Amino acid sequence: MAERLSNREGIKGMANPTRYGIERVAYWLQRLTGLGLLAYLIGHIYETSTIVHGKIAWDKMLEFTQTTQGHLFLTLVIGMCVFHTANGIRVMLGHGGIGVGKPGQPEYPYKAASLNYKQRLCIWVSIGLAALAMMYGASVLFGV
Amino acid sequence: MAVVTTPKPSEELISINKTLDQTNTITLRIARSNPAEGQETSYSEFKVPVKKWTTVLEAILYVKQNLDHAVAVRYSCRQASCGSCGMKINGKPGLACYTKVSELKSNVITVEPMNNFPIIRDLAVDFKQLISNHKKMKPFIIREDSEVTPESKEFIQTPKDLENFLQFSYCIKCGLCNSACPTMATDTSFIGPQGLAQAYRYVADNRDKGKEDRLKIVDDSHGIWRCHFAGSCSHVCPKGVDPAMAIQLLRGYMLGFQK
Amino acid sequence: MRESIIMKIHYGTALGAVALVAVHILMRMTQNFDQSLQYQNVIANYHFLPYALMLEAVLILLSVHGFNGLRVILLELKQGSTYERMVNYGSIAAMAVLIAYGSRTILMAGMGIS
Ligand code: HEM
Ligand code: HEM
Ligand code: SF4
Ligand code: FES
Repeated sequence: MAERLSNREGIKGMANPTRYGIERVAYWLQRLTGLGLLAYLIGHIYETSTIVHGKIAWDKMLEFTQTTQGHLFLTLVIGMCVFHTANGIRVMLGHGGIGVGKPGQPEYPYKAASLNYKQRLCIWVSIGLAALAMMYGASVLFGV
Repeated sequence: MAVVTTPKPSEELISINKTLDQTNTITLRIARSNPAEGQETSYSEFKVPVKKWTTVLEAILYVKQNLDHAVAVRYSCRQASCGSCGMKINGKPGLACYTKVSELKSNVITVEPMNNFPIIRDLAVDFKQLISNHKKMKPFIIREDSEVTPESKEFIQTPKDLENFLQFSYCIKCGLCNSACPTMATDTSFIGPQGLAQAYRYVADNRDKGKEDRLKIVDDSHGIWRCHFAGSCSHVCPKGVDPAMAIQLLRGYMLGFQK
Repeated sequence: MRESIIMKIHYGTALGAVALVAVHILMRMTQNFDQSLQYQNVIANYHFLPYALMLEAVLILLSVHGFNGLRVILLELKQGSTYERMVNYGSIAAMAVLIAYGSRTILMAGMGIS
């Protein structure tokens, strides 16, 4: 049957984190932060390249990082980086079959062992670490 | 001689029966469409009487019997065994025969065809892709001495050997996992959680010798690596198969964490 | 390349980057942040060979990891052999361009050409 009639959920369904628990939220955040960091990396490498044009060019570029928006932006980057890293380590171990539970006889009401509390805890820890790093980063950037 | 006394109906039992017998009326909204004929989705609304134990499938069948017999729905066993009645119930994939109206805690119930499957008509969807991906996983025991000869002996499996794959063999091919999967939402070539979990079901069976074959099949640009462990499949699986676990354990072989 | 090899590279580059990016960011957080970004300090950083080599390593690891991540997302969004070939070669090209551009900075600033 033609794919046109396939009733796929499409990007909207893929990017809707609300329906299937915290694990789906983690998937969504991992994607968003991955893309955000890639965008930052490209901008960052362009930004650092101004140094080859000498001090004036570098200082001009630095002006942005000294504004409030610049500080907020860097704080966000730090948060994205910490979440993506911490959750990325969880995901890598999970992909290797570590911490996803053991097969056994399913008992009603069939709680899936791979959606266990250790996974959920690690997701919350990743979010928590990102929040802490953002607070620390903000305190340094805004120079309290 | 034993004394037989007829039990008197207790007060308590009667009061329970009263609440069980209570009939509510709900609004059942059924998505109607016939894409092959160019008919877009519209929603038909029906008032349906339900009791505490009425399932969504029974509510749909009530409509078919009394209000509109043209509603297209696929079902057979009515007991979560055949895998025919998967659909989207109030936005989430579920088996209509395994979901009670009362547990949805809403007076309006919307049923729609499962996502990521082509619609045939109304609630009935096309399983061709799921079945074909399932077949690609070689869902049978592979070994050279599988022919039965006079010398053949039974293959003894311990209960522990059985537990390694038992839960994955409970899959009823209902497709709920594939309809919840975020990769399936856009990737038309992805094998999907159902098929990948079945690949693991055979790899984990110690009678089977087809591990290398199957690992090669799933090691594809639309194979196992397109799983990101979002766990949505395991959230909706009605049989406790836990496809997300099966996929990660299968990938464990490929990343060298499992032997 | 087999998909399993590509994804092993994806995980490997991520693991390699964890420690290095931590060093890179903490470099700024431990000293006075504003000063760490001053022209002289940054130039000094680039002149310090081990650190410059580390920057180069981060650059390579994360360009590969990031653009492969993008490739994965794009492959999942749309299918078709022409499109998929374009995505595959496009991401390799993007990695190469970003690495080349970043390396130019590291080389020029490191050797004091600027
Ligand atoms: C340094 C620590 C990092 C670790 C441990 C890490 C780990 C991971 C892992 C395990 C994945 C695979 C997720 C999946 O298959 O579901 C991933 C995806 C990705 N990463 Fe990273 N990563 C790191 C840094 C970065 C950086 C700095 C960037 C940006 C340049 C980046 C960009 C991406 C992208 C775009 C994806 C694809 C997202 C997806 O498929 O959902 N990562 N990362
Ligand atoms: C708080 C955030 C950050 C600040 C203030 C910052 C600042 C800098 C500075 C000043 C340089 C020039 C060399 C040096 O003095 O170290 C640099 C280079 C570099 N940074 Fe960052 N950085 C940050 C975060 C990151 C992150 C998250 C990544 C990875 C995604 C990254 C990747 C790189 C790379 C690859 C280079 C070398 C670029 C080149 O010379 O071509 N940085 N950064
Ligand atoms: S794994 Fe579960 S949800 Fe998926 S087809 Fe099998 S029984 Fe249905
Ligand atoms: S009718 Fe068989 S599973 Fe629902």
